[in-house]
Amino acid sequence: MEEIKVDTNGMEIVWEKPETLTDTYMHYCPGCGHGVVHKILMEVIEDLGIQDKTIGVAPVGCSVIAYNYMNIDMQEAAHGRATAVATGIKRVLPDKLVFTYQGDGDLAAIGTAETIHACNRGENFLIIFINNGIYGMTGGQMAPTSILGMVTSTTPEGREVKTQGYPIKMTEIVATLPGTYYVTRQSVHTPAAVRYLKKAIEKSFKIQMENKGTCLIEIVSNCPSGWKMTPVEANKWLEKNMFPFFPPGDIKVDGKLIEKKAPVAPEKKE
Amino acid sequence: MSEIRLMKGNEAAAEAAIRAGCDVYFGYPITPQSEVIEYLSDQGRKRGMIVMQVESEVAAINMIYGAAGAGARAMTTSSSPGISLMQEGISYIACAELPCLLMNVNRGGPGLGTIQPSQGDYFQSVKGGGHGDYHLIVLAPASVQEMASFVYLGFDLADKYRNPVLILADGALGQMMEKVEFPDYDPKEHKKPKPWATTGKTPDRPPNVITSLHLQTEDMEKINIRLQEKYRQIEKNEVRYELIETDDADIVLVAYGLASRICQRVVELARQNGLKFGIVRPITLYPYPYQVISELADRVQGFFVVEMNAGQMVEDVKIGVNGKVPVGFYGRMGGIIPTAEEILSKVHEFISKIETKEKV
Repeated sequence: MEEIKVDTNGMEIVWEKPETLTDTYMHYCPGCGHGVVHKILMEVIEDLGIQDKTIGVAPVGCSVIAYNYMNIDMQEAAHGRATAVATGIKRVLPDKLVFTYQGDGDLAAIGTAETIHACNRGENFLIIFINNGIYGMTGGQMAPTSILGMVTSTTPEGREVKTQGYPIKMTEIVATLPGTYYVTRQSVHTPAAVRYLKKAIEKSFKIQMENKGTCLIEIVSNCPSGWKMTPVEANKWLEKNMFPFFPPGDIKVDGKLIEKKAPVAPEKKE
Repeated sequence: MSEIRLMKGNEAAAEAAIRAGCDVYFGYPITPQSEVIEYLSDQGRKRGMIVMQVESEVAAINMIYGAAGAGARAMTTSSSPGISLMQEGISYIACAELPCLLMNVNRGGPGLGTIQPSQGDYFQSVKGGGHGDYHLIVLAPASVQEMASFVYLGFDLADKYRNPVLILADGALGQMMEKVEFPDYDPKEHKKPKPWATTGKTPDRPPNVITSLHLQTEDMEKINIRLQEKYRQIEKNEVRYELIETDDADIVLVAYGLASRICQRVVELARQNGLKFGIVRPITLYPYPYQVISELADRVQGFFVVEMNAGQMVEDVKIGVNGKVPVGFYGRMGGIIPTAEEILSKVHEFISKIETKEKV
């Protein structure tokens, strides 16, 4: 890749890459939400000064080599087993801060049992759940969260209930478990949404420091390559098609289920 | 001070784990080894161990991955179907080179099988089990004493080579009671520093990453080459076996675990009738004692392998013998333990075939 050189003489520094991100080009496709979530997560870890005590768990999926970008100690888990690996880490290092970073296939299909039981035990770690409704890494197959009618390489006629069942709302499911303390659904498709996400991640690490229970942040994200759209089209499609089924907002706060979801994404302007 | 107690094999292994400084145990109950998690849930927790009954063997082995990767002495145990469920995680652990101790209290299979003792998991334990080129160090106890002793040895070997160690027992060894002596063992003297563990990145070092993923084929081959070099070292340094009355033996029985105990009676009966039998008892099933079998093959008339399976280790005996003398086999399956008398009659048939130069 060609180096872009900019003369910064006399310019004011308004943002610097945090120490918690490595100097590595990310492999993510243009417009993909992973890069933004990585950056926000690592900014929070730097802001809170917890680089030396945070251990991350990478999943199987597009973010399988997240540890190449995150300048912290990490373990790479087998597909779906991130919360089991995180349980192993957190139980022997209870004073450290642990998070998993998982996609929809990892968390809501092959790892359903591990996800539910970690939340039910109230494991004191943060689960970051990227939901883009598709299997990006393997080439665009159906995810457990693909919405009805969604065309993927394994649902060429669109997902239909008779064959594939309904998209699963794992976030709502784990919110009903007494072990979870903070459960929220966020996105990164607008600058405002990114700022809300950052607050949610900060809040989750602070909860973890107080050993209050499991935190899960679902991030409704995109997959321009898998959806076969431009990044802008993908973000519009996400708002129009994903949000009705996966509405953004807090689902459980301070261990209590929220009746009416607070809107966190800006109102759509036609 | 060492201590002598009368215990079940499963309990002896659990007690040894506590004394060996095992930090954490994750497991799921399954007959015939549930006494391990029961004993640890009581005694282990009281004495400071983290002991968790979790949702599945799949979760348990991945928790072991996480805990071992974070630097803890970690252990899980199960029986055959549960060990099958763990194979994916074991392959990851082997590639990521995480020291940990596993124990399979083998029951009869395949499938859900039976809860009675078996040695049907030899191939799974020694030849792979999970995917990819890897080896576990496999220890085969033949007494309640060894159920305990091999826990200490297993943890130390795991740390020494950064390799998972499997104790391959069977349902009878897990359930039977014998005298067991617990030696003086100070875990502090045995536990090694683990500078590679994920304990939080400090400013003085780059991040520690535990992974088994190496997308560049050249990198993945390098990992494989390093693993194979480690296995060659293990094969050079860690072969363990016991020779019983082989000095003057004409016929050598080869058996491990419970089968080797029964073969001791076979040797007694044979020698009462003037037949010179001996036993090679492999203690490490990987690395396998090929060398001693090869050496004995130069001076004995034949080998007779006894297993509680359809004939698995016999393939390794044949590799050691390399066609020099005949190799016979007798095995019972499905959880049945052969008697000394039926084994002896099968060895007699084997000997008469050798004498008539009939194919064995």
